[in-house]
Amino acid sequence: MVLQTPEKTGEVYKWEGSVEELKGLVTERAITGETMLLNMGPHHPSTHGVLRLLLELDGEEIVSCLPDVGYLHTGIEKNMEHKTYEKCVTLTDRMDYLAPMSNNLAFCLAVEKLVDLDVPERAQIIRVICMELTRLNSHLVWLGTHALDMGAMSVFLYCFREREIILEMFEMLSGQRMMSSYIRPGGVWRDIPPEFMPALEKFLDYMPGKIDDYEKLLTNNPLWIDRTQGIGIIEPDVAMAWGVSGPSLRGSGVSWDIRKAMPYSGYEQYDFNVPVGEHGDVYDRFYVRILEMRESVKILGQALKRLTPKGPFRSDNRKFVPPPRSELGQSMEAVIHHFKLWTEGFSAPDEEVFVAIESPRGEIGCYLHGAGDNKPRRVHFKTPSFMHIAALPVMSKGHLIADLVGIIGSVDIVLGDCDR
Amino acid sequence: MGVISSKLGNLGIVTTTLDEAVNWGRTGAMWPLLFGLACCAIEYMSTQASNYDLARFGMELNRASPRQADLLIVAGRVSRKMAPVIRQLYDQMAAPKWVISMGDCASCSGVYNNYALVQGVDEVIPVDVYVAGCPPRPEQLIHGILTLHEKVRGDHIKEWAS
Repeated sequence: MVLQTPEKTGEVYKWEGSVEELKGLVTERAITGETMLLNMGPHHPSTHGVLRLLLELDGEEIVSCLPDVGYLHTGIEKNMEHKTYEKCVTLTDRMDYLAPMSNNLAFCLAVEKLVDLDVPERAQIIRVICMELTRLNSHLVWLGTHALDMGAMSVFLYCFREREIILEMFEMLSGQRMMSSYIRPGGVWRDIPPEFMPALEKFLDYMPGKIDDYEKLLTNNPLWIDRTQGIGIIEPDVAMAWGVSGPSLRGSGVSWDIRKAMPYSGYEQYDFNVPVGEHGDVYDRFYVRILEMRESVKILGQALKRLTPKGPFRSDNRKFVPPPRSELGQSMEAVIHHFKLWTEGFSAPDEEVFVAIESPRGEIGCYLHGAGDNKPRRVHFKTPSFMHIAALPVMSKGHLIADLVGIIGSVDIVLGDCDR
Repeated sequence: MGVISSKLGNLGIVTTTLDEAVNWGRTGAMWPLLFGLACCAIEYMSTQASNYDLARFGMELNRASPRQADLLIVAGRVSRKMAPVIRQLYDQMAAPKWVISMGDCASCSGVYNNYALVQGVDEVIPVDVYVAGCPPRPEQLIHGILTLHEKVRGDHIKEWAS
Protein backbone atom coordinates (compact mmCIF):
# COMPACT_ATOMS: atom_id res chain seq x y z
CA MET A 1 0.00 0.00 0.00
CA VAL A 2 1.33 3.42 -0.90
CA LEU A 3 1.11 5.92 1.90
CA GLN A 4 0.19 9.41 0.86
CA THR A 5 1.62 12.54 2.34
CA PRO A 6 -0.97 14.99 3.72
CA GLU A 7 -0.88 17.09 0.55
CA LYS A 8 -1.39 14.20 -1.79
CA THR A 9 -4.53 12.52 -0.53
CA GLY A 10 -7.00 11.54 -3.11
CA GLU A 11 -9.02 8.58 -4.14
CA VAL A 12 -6.57 6.12 -2.52
CA TYR A 13 -8.99 5.63 0.31
CA LYS A 14 -12.05 4.81 -1.76
CA TRP A 15 -13.23 1.25 -1.37
CA GLU A 16 -13.38 -0.10 -4.88
CA GLY A 17 -14.54 -3.59 -4.05
CA SER A 18 -17.86 -4.99 -5.14
CA VAL A 19 -20.39 -7.15 -3.37
CA GLU A 20 -19.45 -9.97 -5.76
CA GLU A 21 -16.17 -10.37 -3.84
CA LEU A 22 -18.12 -11.36 -0.77
CA LYS A 23 -19.77 -14.38 -2.43
CA GLY A 24 -19.66 -17.35 -0.12
CA LEU A 25 -19.05 -15.17 2.91
CA VAL A 26 -22.51 -13.61 2.99
CA THR A 27 -25.81 -15.15 1.90
CA GLU A 28 -27.18 -14.92 -1.62
CA ARG A 29 -29.76 -12.46 -0.37
CA ALA A 30 -27.03 -9.90 0.22
CA ILE A 31 -25.84 -10.21 -3.38
CA THR A 32 -29.33 -9.54 -4.70
CA GLY A 33 -29.73 -6.61 -2.33
CA GLU A 34 -32.50 -8.17 -0.26
CA THR A 35 -30.46 -7.85 2.95
CA MET A 36 -28.26 -4.91 3.82
CA LEU A 37 -24.51 -4.94 4.27
CA LEU A 38 -23.30 -2.64 7.02
CA ASN A 39 -19.75 -1.82 7.98
CA MET A 40 -19.05 -1.52 11.71
CA GLY A 41 -15.64 -0.24 12.68
CA PRO A 42 -12.65 -0.04 12.73
CA HIS A 43 -13.53 3.32 14.24
CA HIS A 44 -16.50 2.55 16.41
CA PRO A 45 -16.98 3.42 20.07
CA SER A 46 -18.09 -0.08 21.06
CA THR A 47 -15.73 -2.40 19.24
CA HIS A 48 -13.12 -2.15 22.02
CA GLY A 49 -10.35 -0.97 19.81
CA VAL A 50 -10.07 -1.33 16.08
CA LEU A 51 -12.19 -4.35 15.29
CA ARG A 52 -14.03 -4.18 12.01
CA LEU A 53 -17.18 -6.18 11.44
CA LEU A 54 -19.03 -6.51 8.18
CA LEU A 55 -22.64 -7.18 9.08
CA GLU A 56 -25.36 -8.56 6.90
CA LEU A 57 -28.65 -7.28 8.24
CA ASP A 58 -32.22 -8.28 7.66
CA GLY A 59 -33.91 -5.23 9.10
CA GLU A 60 -32.22 -4.99 12.47
CA GLU A 61 -31.46 -8.68 12.71
CA ILE A 62 -27.95 -9.95 12.10
CA VAL A 63 -27.89 -12.60 9.37
CA SER A 64 -24.12 -12.94 9.21
CA CYS A 65 -21.16 -11.20 10.74
CA LEU A 66 -17.67 -11.15 9.23
CA PRO A 67 -14.90 -9.97 11.54
CA ASP A 68 -11.92 -8.26 9.92
CA VAL A 69 -8.86 -8.14 12.14
CA GLY A 70 -5.35 -6.83 11.62
CA TYR A 71 -5.89 -3.10 12.10
CA LEU A 72 -3.49 -3.21 15.01
CA HIS A 73 -0.99 -5.66 13.61
CA THR A 74 2.35 -4.66 15.08
CA GLY A 75 4.69 -7.46 14.06
CA ILE A 76 5.65 -8.14 17.67
CA GLU A 77 6.35 -11.83 17.10
CA LYS A 78 8.66 -11.03 14.20
CA ASN A 79 10.38 -8.26 16.17
CA MET A 80 11.15 -10.75 18.94
CA GLU A 81 13.27 -12.82 16.58
CA HIS A 82 15.76 -9.95 16.58
CA LYS A 83 15.93 -9.39 20.30
CA THR A 84 17.58 -11.23 23.17
CA TYR A 85 15.25 -13.10 25.53
CA GLU A 86 15.45 -10.45 28.22
CA LYS A 87 14.52 -7.70 25.76
CA CYS A 88 11.59 -9.69 24.37
CA VAL A 89 9.83 -9.27 27.72
CA THR A 90 9.30 -5.56 27.05
CA LEU A 91 7.49 -6.38 23.82
CA THR A 92 5.14 -8.89 25.43
CA ASP A 93 3.74 -6.11 27.64
CA ARG A 94 2.36 -4.34 24.65
CA MET A 95 0.35 -7.23 23.20
CA ASP A 96 -2.50 -7.54 25.64
CA TYR A 97 -2.21 -4.11 27.15
CA LEU A 98 -4.91 -4.68 29.74
CA ALA A 99 -3.02 -7.61 31.22
CA PRO A 100 0.68 -6.89 30.56
CA MET A 101 1.93 -9.06 33.41
CA SER A 102 0.09 -12.14 32.13
CA ASN A 103 1.95 -11.86 28.84
CA ASN A 104 5.20 -11.36 30.73
CA LEU A 105 4.57 -14.51 32.71
CA ALA A 106 3.59 -16.65 29.71
CA PHE A 107 6.79 -15.66 27.94
CA CYS A 108 9.01 -16.00 31.00
CA LEU A 109 7.61 -19.44 31.85
CA ALA A 110 8.36 -20.51 28.27
CA VAL A 111 11.93 -19.21 28.52
CA GLU A 112 12.40 -20.89 31.89
CA LYS A 113 11.13 -24.17 30.47
CA LEU A 114 13.42 -23.82 27.46
CA VAL A 115 16.61 -23.19 29.43
CA ASP A 116 15.52 -25.22 32.49
CA LEU A 117 15.70 -22.42 35.01
CA ASP A 118 14.23 -22.65 38.51
CA VAL A 119 12.34 -19.82 40.16
CA PRO A 120 12.54 -19.37 43.95
CA GLU A 121 9.36 -19.87 45.98
CA ARG A 122 9.13 -16.23 47.04
CA ALA A 123 9.40 -14.99 43.45
CA GLN A 124 6.52 -17.29 42.55
CA ILE A 125 4.39 -15.77 45.29
CA ILE A 126 5.19 -12.27 43.98
CA ARG A 127 4.23 -13.49 40.51
CA VAL A 128 0.90 -14.81 41.75
CA ILE A 129 0.22 -11.45 43.41
CA CYS A 130 1.02 -9.69 40.14
CA MET A 131 -1.20 -12.10 38.19
CA GLU A 132 -4.21 -11.57 40.40
CA LEU A 133 -3.75 -7.80 40.54
CA THR A 134 -3.56 -7.89 36.75
CA ARG A 135 -6.75 -9.93 36.62
CA LEU A 136 -8.54 -7.37 38.80
CA ASN A 137 -7.08 -4.55 36.72
CA SER A 138 -8.23 -6.12 33.46
CA HIS A 139 -11.67 -7.06 34.75
CA LEU A 140 -12.19 -3.52 36.04
CA VAL A 141 -11.52 -2.06 32.60
CA TRP A 142 -13.73 -4.72 31.06
CA LEU A 143 -16.59 -4.05 33.48
CA GLY A 144 -16.34 -0.29 33.05
CA THR A 145 -16.30 -0.35 29.27
CA HIS A 146 -18.85 -3.15 28.94
CA ALA A 147 -21.30 -1.24 31.12
CA LEU A 148 -20.49 1.98 29.29
CA ASP A 149 -21.35 0.33 25.97
CA MET A 150 -24.69 -0.73 27.38
CA GLY A 151 -25.40 2.80 28.61
CA ALA A 152 -24.38 2.63 32.29
CA MET A 153 -21.86 5.43 32.59
CA SER A 154 -21.33 5.56 36.36
CA VAL A 155 -19.89 2.03 36.56
CA PHE A 156 -17.04 3.16 34.32
CA LEU A 157 -16.12 5.98 36.67
CA TYR A 158 -16.20 3.71 39.74
CA CYS A 159 -14.14 0.99 38.06
CA PHE A 160 -11.43 3.38 36.97
CA ARG A 161 -11.21 4.83 40.45
CA GLU A 162 -10.29 1.41 41.84
CA ARG A 163 -8.05 0.67 38.89
CA GLU A 164 -5.89 3.66 39.73
CA ILE A 165 -5.06 2.06 43.09
CA ILE A 166 -3.85 -1.09 41.33
CA LEU A 167 -1.83 0.96 38.88
CA GLU A 168 -0.21 2.79 41.78
CA MET A 169 0.84 -0.54 43.22
CA PHE A 170 2.30 -1.57 39.85
CA GLU A 171 4.18 1.68 39.85
CA MET A 172 5.63 0.88 43.27
CA LEU A 173 6.82 -2.48 41.95
CA SER A 174 8.19 -1.51 38.59
CA GLY A 175 8.21 2.27 38.19
CA GLN A 176 5.64 2.08 35.37
CA ARG A 177 1.88 2.15 35.55
CA MET A 178 0.99 -0.12 32.68
CA MET A 179 3.94 -1.50 30.74
CA SER A 180 5.76 -2.75 33.77
CA SER A 181 7.93 -5.61 32.36
CA TYR A 182 8.28 -6.61 35.98
CA ILE A 183 8.33 -10.36 35.50
CA ARG A 184 11.62 -11.52 34.02
CA PRO A 185 13.09 -14.92 33.22
CA GLY A 186 14.22 -16.36 36.55
CA GLY A 187 11.95 -14.35 38.82
CA VAL A 188 11.01 -10.71 38.95
CA TRP A 189 12.96 -7.56 38.15
CA ARG A 190 13.54 -6.32 41.69
CA ASP A 191 12.41 -6.93 45.23
CA ILE A 192 9.08 -5.56 46.41
CA PRO A 193 9.50 -2.12 47.96
CA PRO A 194 8.63 -1.74 51.68
CA GLU A 195 5.50 0.31 50.95
CA PHE A 196 3.98 -2.38 48.73
CA MET A 197 2.73 -4.83 51.35
CA PRO A 198 0.83 -2.24 53.46
CA ALA A 199 -0.68 -0.83 50.25
CA LEU A 200 -1.84 -4.29 49.17
CA GLU A 201 -3.29 -5.01 52.62
CA LYS A 202 -5.25 -1.78 52.50
CA PHE A 203 -6.47 -2.56 49.01
CA LEU A 204 -7.68 -6.02 50.04
CA ASP A 205 -9.78 -4.51 52.81
CA TYR A 206 -11.15 -1.91 50.43
CA MET A 207 -11.90 -3.93 47.30
CA PRO A 208 -14.67 -6.40 48.36
CA GLY A 209 -16.96 -3.52 49.31
CA LYS A 210 -16.37 -1.94 45.93
CA ILE A 211 -17.26 -5.16 44.12
CA ASP A 212 -20.50 -5.11 46.14
CA ASP A 213 -21.08 -1.61 44.79
CA TYR A 214 -20.71 -2.76 41.18
CA GLU A 215 -23.12 -5.58 41.87
CA LYS A 216 -25.60 -3.16 43.39
CA LEU A 217 -25.46 -1.13 40.20
CA LEU A 218 -25.79 -4.02 37.76
CA THR A 219 -26.52 -7.53 39.01
CA ASN A 220 -30.20 -7.06 39.84
CA ASN A 221 -30.76 -4.04 37.66
CA PRO A 222 -33.83 -4.87 35.50
CA LEU A 223 -32.49 -2.86 32.57
CA TRP A 224 -29.18 -4.69 32.69
CA ILE A 225 -30.93 -8.07 32.96
CA ASP A 226 -33.18 -7.25 30.00
CA ARG A 227 -30.23 -6.29 27.87
CA THR A 228 -28.03 -9.26 28.78
CA GLN A 229 -30.01 -12.38 29.66
CA GLY A 230 -30.66 -14.72 26.74
CA ILE A 231 -28.36 -12.70 24.48
CA GLY A 232 -25.34 -14.12 22.69
CA ILE A 233 -25.80 -17.68 23.89
CA ILE A 234 -23.02 -20.08 23.04
CA GLU A 235 -23.38 -23.77 23.90
CA PRO A 236 -20.47 -25.41 25.79
CA ASP A 237 -19.50 -27.79 22.97
CA VAL A 238 -19.70 -25.03 20.35
CA ALA A 239 -17.61 -22.74 22.56
CA MET A 240 -14.93 -25.39 22.94
CA ALA A 241 -14.98 -26.12 19.21
CA TRP A 242 -14.27 -22.43 18.52
CA GLY A 243 -11.45 -22.36 21.06
CA VAL A 244 -13.19 -19.99 23.45
CA SER A 245 -11.44 -20.00 26.82
CA GLY A 246 -11.30 -18.26 30.15
CA PRO A 247 -14.35 -16.59 31.72
CA SER A 248 -16.14 -16.62 28.37
CA LEU A 249 -15.98 -20.41 28.30
CA ARG A 250 -16.81 -20.74 31.99
CA GLY A 251 -19.90 -18.62 31.37
CA SER A 252 -21.16 -21.53 29.25
CA GLY A 253 -20.78 -23.87 32.20
CA VAL A 254 -17.43 -25.51 31.39
CA SER A 255 -15.23 -25.60 34.45
CA TRP A 256 -11.87 -25.12 32.72
CA ASP A 257 -9.24 -23.00 34.35
CA ILE A 258 -5.55 -23.54 33.65
CA ARG A 259 -4.72 -22.42 37.17
CA LYS A 260 -6.53 -25.59 38.32
CA ALA A 261 -6.00 -27.89 35.34
CA MET A 262 -2.28 -27.29 34.75
CA PRO A 263 -1.06 -25.25 37.72
CA TYR A 264 1.93 -22.95 37.27
CA SER A 265 3.75 -20.62 39.68
CA GLY A 266 2.42 -22.63 42.62
CA TYR A 267 -1.28 -22.02 41.99
CA GLU A 268 -2.01 -25.52 43.34
CA GLN A 269 -1.20 -24.22 46.84
CA TYR A 270 -3.98 -21.64 46.85
CA ASP A 271 -7.54 -22.30 47.81
CA PHE A 272 -9.97 -20.76 45.35
CA ASN A 273 -13.08 -21.65 43.39
CA VAL A 274 -13.63 -21.56 39.67
CA PRO A 275 -16.99 -19.85 39.13
CA VAL A 276 -19.02 -21.23 36.23
CA GLY A 277 -22.17 -19.96 34.55
CA GLU A 278 -25.14 -21.88 33.33
CA HIS A 279 -26.67 -20.41 30.20
CA GLY A 280 -23.65 -19.11 28.29
CA ASP A 281 -25.27 -15.74 27.66
CA VAL A 282 -23.92 -12.22 28.13
CA TYR A 283 -25.23 -12.06 31.70
CA ASP A 284 -23.50 -15.28 32.75
CA ARG A 285 -20.20 -14.17 31.29
CA PHE A 286 -20.62 -10.92 33.19
CA TYR A 287 -21.42 -12.65 36.46
CA VAL A 288 -18.60 -15.17 36.16
CA ARG A 289 -16.13 -12.28 35.91
CA ILE A 290 -17.64 -10.54 38.92
CA LEU A 291 -17.23 -13.75 40.94
CA GLU A 292 -13.71 -14.12 39.60
CA MET A 293 -12.82 -10.72 40.96
CA ARG A 294 -13.89 -11.92 44.41
CA GLU A 295 -11.79 -15.07 43.98
CA SER A 296 -8.81 -12.94 42.98
CA VAL A 297 -9.13 -10.94 46.19
CA LYS A 298 -9.20 -14.25 48.07
CA ILE A 299 -6.02 -15.51 46.34
CA LEU A 300 -4.30 -12.18 46.99
CA GLY A 301 -5.09 -12.48 50.70
CA GLN A 302 -3.57 -15.97 50.84
CA ALA A 303 -0.51 -14.90 48.86
CA LEU A 304 0.04 -11.91 51.12
CA LYS A 305 0.05 -14.20 54.15
CA ARG A 306 2.68 -16.44 52.54
CA LEU A 307 4.86 -13.57 51.35
CA THR A 308 7.84 -12.82 53.57
CA PRO A 309 9.15 -9.23 53.54
CA LYS A 310 12.71 -10.38 52.73
CA GLY A 311 14.04 -13.21 50.65
CA PRO A 312 15.16 -14.17 47.17
CA PHE A 313 13.13 -12.59 44.37
CA ARG A 314 14.95 -14.18 41.45
CA SER A 315 17.06 -17.17 40.68
CA ASP A 316 20.74 -17.06 41.65
CA ASN A 317 21.79 -18.87 38.50
CA ARG A 318 24.27 -16.29 37.24
CA LYS A 319 24.26 -17.67 33.70
CA PHE A 320 20.70 -16.40 33.22
CA VAL A 321 20.03 -13.82 35.90
CA PRO A 322 22.23 -10.74 36.51
CA PRO A 323 23.99 -10.50 39.88
CA PRO A 324 22.85 -7.91 42.44
CA ARG A 325 24.61 -4.55 42.41
CA SER A 326 26.23 -5.23 45.79
CA GLU A 327 28.26 -8.07 44.26
CA LEU A 328 29.60 -5.98 41.38
CA GLY A 329 32.11 -4.10 43.52
CA GLN A 330 33.57 -7.26 45.04
CA SER A 331 33.60 -10.01 42.48
CA MET A 332 35.21 -10.01 39.05
CA GLU A 333 33.06 -13.01 38.19
CA ALA A 334 29.92 -10.98 38.87
CA VAL A 335 31.12 -8.16 36.61
CA ILE A 336 31.72 -10.62 33.79
CA HIS A 337 28.28 -12.17 34.21
CA HIS A 338 26.67 -8.75 34.32
CA PHE A 339 28.49 -7.66 31.17
CA LYS A 340 27.70 -10.84 29.27
CA LEU A 341 24.02 -10.80 30.22
CA TRP A 342 23.42 -7.16 29.29
CA THR A 343 25.34 -7.26 26.03
CA GLU A 344 24.95 -10.72 24.59
CA GLY A 345 22.17 -12.20 26.69
CA PHE A 346 21.94 -15.87 27.43
CA SER A 347 21.74 -18.72 24.93
CA ALA A 348 18.90 -21.19 24.70
CA PRO A 349 18.97 -24.63 23.09
CA ASP A 350 17.50 -25.35 19.67
CA GLU A 351 14.29 -26.80 21.04
CA GLU A 352 10.65 -25.87 21.11
CA VAL A 353 8.40 -25.40 24.11
CA PHE A 354 4.79 -24.42 24.67
CA VAL A 355 3.42 -22.95 27.87
CA ALA A 356 -0.15 -21.87 28.52
CA ILE A 357 -1.40 -19.75 31.41
CA GLU A 358 -4.74 -18.35 32.44
CA SER A 359 -4.81 -14.67 31.56
CA PRO A 360 -7.81 -12.54 32.55
CA ARG A 361 -9.21 -13.08 29.06
CA GLY A 362 -8.56 -16.79 28.79
CA GLU A 363 -5.82 -19.12 27.77
CA ILE A 364 -2.71 -17.36 26.55
CA GLY A 365 -0.16 -19.75 25.17
CA CYS A 366 3.43 -19.04 24.25
CA TYR A 367 5.19 -21.18 21.69
CA LEU A 368 8.92 -20.58 21.80
CA HIS A 369 11.54 -22.10 19.55
CA GLY A 370 15.13 -21.48 20.57
CA ALA A 371 17.83 -21.23 17.94
CA GLY A 372 20.84 -22.38 19.91
CA ASP A 373 21.99 -18.79 20.41
CA ASN A 374 20.85 -15.68 22.25
CA LYS A 375 17.75 -14.93 20.16
CA PRO A 376 14.63 -17.01 19.60
CA ARG A 377 14.03 -18.55 16.18
CA ARG A 378 10.27 -18.21 16.41
CA VAL A 379 7.88 -16.90 19.02
CA HIS A 380 4.17 -17.33 18.65
CA PHE A 381 1.37 -16.46 21.01
CA LYS A 382 -1.95 -18.25 21.08
CA THR A 383 -4.17 -15.47 22.30
CA PRO A 384 -7.72 -15.66 23.63
CA SER A 385 -9.01 -12.51 21.91
CA PHE A 386 -8.39 -13.98 18.47
CA MET A 387 -10.45 -17.05 19.33
CA HIS A 388 -13.21 -14.95 20.84
CA ILE A 389 -13.46 -12.75 17.76
CA ALA A 390 -13.69 -15.90 15.66
CA ALA A 391 -16.63 -17.03 17.79
CA LEU A 392 -18.47 -13.69 17.49
CA PRO A 393 -20.44 -14.69 14.34
CA VAL A 394 -21.79 -17.76 16.16
CA MET A 395 -22.87 -15.73 19.17
CA SER A 396 -24.37 -12.83 17.29
CA LYS A 397 -26.41 -14.71 14.69
CA GLY A 398 -30.10 -13.81 14.85
CA HIS A 399 -29.66 -11.05 17.40
CA LEU A 400 -30.40 -7.37 17.00
CA ILE A 401 -27.60 -5.02 16.08
CA ALA A 402 -27.91 -3.26 19.45
CA ASP A 403 -27.22 -6.56 21.20
CA LEU A 404 -24.04 -7.08 19.22
CA VAL A 405 -22.44 -4.30 21.26
CA GLY A 406 -23.17 -6.24 24.42
CA ILE A 407 -21.88 -9.49 22.93
CA ILE A 408 -18.59 -7.89 21.88
CA GLY A 409 -18.19 -6.49 25.37
CA SER A 410 -19.05 -9.77 27.06
CA VAL A 411 -16.25 -11.81 25.44
CA ASP A 412 -13.74 -9.17 26.55
CA ILE A 413 -11.57 -8.75 23.50
CA VAL A 414 -8.44 -6.65 23.22
CA LEU A 415 -7.35 -6.02 19.68
CA GLY A 416 -3.71 -5.72 20.63
CA ASP A 417 -3.98 -9.25 21.97
CA CYS A 418 -5.63 -10.44 18.77
CA ASP A 419 -3.48 -8.75 16.14
CA ARG A 420 -0.13 -8.51 17.97
CA MET B 1 -18.94 37.18 27.21
CA GLY B 2 -21.59 36.37 29.79
CA VAL B 3 -19.37 34.23 31.96
CA ILE B 4 -16.60 36.79 32.26
CA SER B 5 -18.96 39.64 33.09
CA SER B 6 -20.67 37.57 35.77
CA LYS B 7 -17.29 36.75 37.28
CA LEU B 8 -16.19 40.35 37.26
CA GLY B 9 -19.37 41.61 38.89
CA ASN B 10 -21.32 44.57 37.69
CA LEU B 11 -18.60 46.34 35.73
CA GLY B 12 -20.81 47.10 32.79
CA ILE B 13 -18.56 46.56 29.80
CA VAL B 14 -15.77 44.12 29.01
CA THR B 15 -13.67 44.73 25.96
CA THR B 16 -11.69 42.09 24.18
CA THR B 17 -10.42 41.29 20.72
CA LEU B 18 -12.14 38.90 18.37
CA ASP B 19 -9.01 36.75 18.39
CA GLU B 20 -9.09 36.33 22.12
CA ALA B 21 -12.81 35.77 22.37
CA VAL B 22 -12.82 33.05 19.72
CA ASN B 23 -9.71 31.35 21.05
CA TRP B 24 -11.17 31.40 24.56
CA GLY B 25 -14.19 29.60 23.23
CA ARG B 26 -12.15 27.10 21.28
CA THR B 27 -9.91 26.14 24.17
CA GLY B 28 -12.76 25.99 26.64
CA ALA B 29 -14.66 23.23 24.87
CA MET B 30 -12.41 21.28 22.59
CA TRP B 31 -14.27 18.06 21.94
CA PRO B 32 -12.06 15.08 21.23
CA LEU B 33 -12.95 12.26 18.87
CA LEU B 34 -13.81 9.04 20.66
CA PHE B 35 -11.00 7.10 19.08
CA GLY B 36 -8.41 4.78 20.54
CA LEU B 37 -5.93 2.43 18.99
CA ALA B 38 -3.87 0.59 21.57
CA CYS B 39 -2.33 0.86 25.03
CA CYS B 40 -2.35 4.67 25.07
CA ALA B 41 -6.12 4.62 24.61
CA ILE B 42 -6.39 2.96 28.03
CA GLU B 43 -4.35 5.76 29.63
CA TYR B 44 -6.51 8.20 27.70
CA MET B 45 -9.55 6.55 29.29
CA SER B 46 -7.89 6.92 32.70
CA THR B 47 -7.38 10.60 31.95
CA GLN B 48 -11.08 10.92 31.22
CA ALA B 49 -12.17 8.93 34.27
CA SER B 50 -12.58 9.89 37.89
CA ASN B 51 -9.05 10.55 39.12
CA TYR B 52 -7.76 12.83 36.39
CA ASP B 53 -11.12 14.19 35.25
CA LEU B 54 -10.56 15.73 31.85
CA ALA B 55 -13.86 17.58 32.29
CA ARG B 56 -11.84 20.26 34.07
CA PHE B 57 -10.65 21.33 30.63
CA GLY B 58 -14.03 21.12 28.95
CA MET B 59 -13.18 17.83 27.30
CA GLU B 60 -15.43 15.31 28.98
CA LEU B 61 -17.56 15.02 25.88
CA ASN B 62 -16.15 12.57 23.40
CA ARG B 63 -17.77 12.63 20.03
CA ALA B 64 -18.07 9.33 18.22
CA SER B 65 -18.50 11.10 14.89
CA PRO B 66 -15.50 12.90 13.41
CA ARG B 67 -17.86 15.53 12.02
CA GLN B 68 -18.58 16.78 15.53
CA ALA B 69 -15.05 16.57 16.88
CA ASP B 70 -12.36 19.26 17.11
CA LEU B 71 -9.45 17.22 18.36
CA LEU B 72 -8.06 13.91 17.19
CA ILE B 73 -5.95 12.18 19.81
CA VAL B 74 -4.03 9.43 18.06
CA ALA B 75 -3.59 7.11 21.02
CA GLY B 76 -1.55 4.10 20.05
CA ARG B 77 0.39 2.45 17.30
CA VAL B 78 -0.68 3.09 13.72
CA SER B 79 -0.48 0.04 11.51
CA ARG B 80 -0.28 0.26 7.75
CA LYS B 81 -3.78 -1.14 7.53
CA MET B 82 -5.09 1.53 9.92
CA ALA B 83 -3.32 4.55 8.41
CA PRO B 84 -5.88 5.19 5.60
CA VAL B 85 -8.68 4.99 8.14
CA ILE B 86 -7.02 7.63 10.31
CA ARG B 87 -6.50 9.85 7.29
CA GLN B 88 -10.17 9.48 6.41
CA LEU B 89 -11.24 10.33 9.94
CA TYR B 90 -9.04 13.41 9.87
CA ASP B 91 -10.44 14.49 6.51
CA GLN B 92 -13.97 14.11 7.84
CA MET B 93 -13.37 16.44 10.77
CA ALA B 94 -14.58 19.98 10.29
CA ALA B 95 -12.03 22.80 10.59
CA PRO B 96 -10.68 24.11 12.90
CA LYS B 97 -9.19 20.78 13.90
CA TRP B 98 -6.16 19.72 15.87
CA VAL B 99 -4.20 16.53 16.35
CA ILE B 100 -2.33 15.26 19.38
CA SER B 101 -0.03 12.35 18.78
CA MET B 102 -0.14 10.47 22.06
CA GLY B 103 2.69 8.13 22.93
CA ASP B 104 5.91 7.04 21.33
CA CYS B 105 4.25 4.71 18.81
CA ALA B 106 2.08 7.41 17.28
CA SER B 107 4.93 9.92 17.36
CA CYS B 108 7.77 7.82 15.95
CA SER B 109 6.60 4.19 16.20
CA GLY B 110 8.45 3.75 19.51
CA VAL B 111 10.06 0.38 20.05
CA TYR B 112 8.86 -1.01 16.74
CA ASN B 113 10.92 -0.38 13.68
CA ASN B 114 9.34 -2.97 11.44
CA TYR B 115 7.20 -3.76 8.43
CA ALA B 116 3.85 -3.47 10.18
CA LEU B 117 3.76 0.05 11.55
CA VAL B 118 3.71 3.52 10.06
CA GLN B 119 6.80 5.18 11.51
CA GLY B 120 4.91 8.02 13.14
CA VAL B 121 1.38 9.18 12.42
CA ASP B 122 2.76 12.45 11.00
CA GLU B 123 3.41 10.48 7.81
CA VAL B 124 -0.34 10.54 7.17
CA ILE B 125 -1.78 13.53 9.06
CA PRO B 126 -0.32 16.80 10.37
CA VAL B 127 0.30 16.77 14.11
CA ASP B 128 0.14 19.75 16.49
CA VAL B 129 1.46 18.31 19.73
CA TYR B 130 3.53 15.19 20.39
CA VAL B 131 3.26 13.57 23.80
CA ALA B 132 6.13 11.25 24.65
CA GLY B 133 5.89 8.17 26.85
CA CYS B 134 5.06 4.51 26.52
CA PRO B 135 2.30 5.00 27.46
CA PRO B 136 2.32 8.62 28.69
CA ARG B 137 0.93 9.11 32.17
CA PRO B 138 -2.39 10.98 32.34
CA GLU B 139 -0.49 14.02 33.63
CA GLN B 140 1.64 13.97 30.51
CA LEU B 141 -1.42 13.88 28.27
CA ILE B 142 -2.97 16.74 30.21
CA HIS B 143 0.26 18.67 29.74
CA GLY B 144 0.04 17.97 26.02
CA ILE B 145 -3.53 19.23 25.94
CA LEU B 146 -2.57 22.40 27.80
CA THR B 147 0.30 22.92 25.37
CA LEU B 148 -2.20 22.65 22.54
CA HIS B 149 -4.45 25.19 24.30
CA GLU B 150 -1.50 27.55 24.47
CA LYS B 151 -0.93 27.09 20.77
CA VAL B 152 -4.59 27.75 19.98
CA ARG B 153 -4.56 30.92 22.11
CA GLY B 154 -1.78 32.23 19.89
CA ASP B 155 -3.87 31.89 16.71
CA HIS B 156 -4.77 35.03 14.75
CA ILE B 157 -7.84 35.76 12.73
CA LYS B 158 -5.78 36.50 9.63
CA GLU B 159 -4.38 32.98 9.62
CA TRP B 160 -7.80 31.32 9.66
CA ALA B 161 -8.62 32.78 6.26
CA SER B 162 -5.64 31.25 4.52
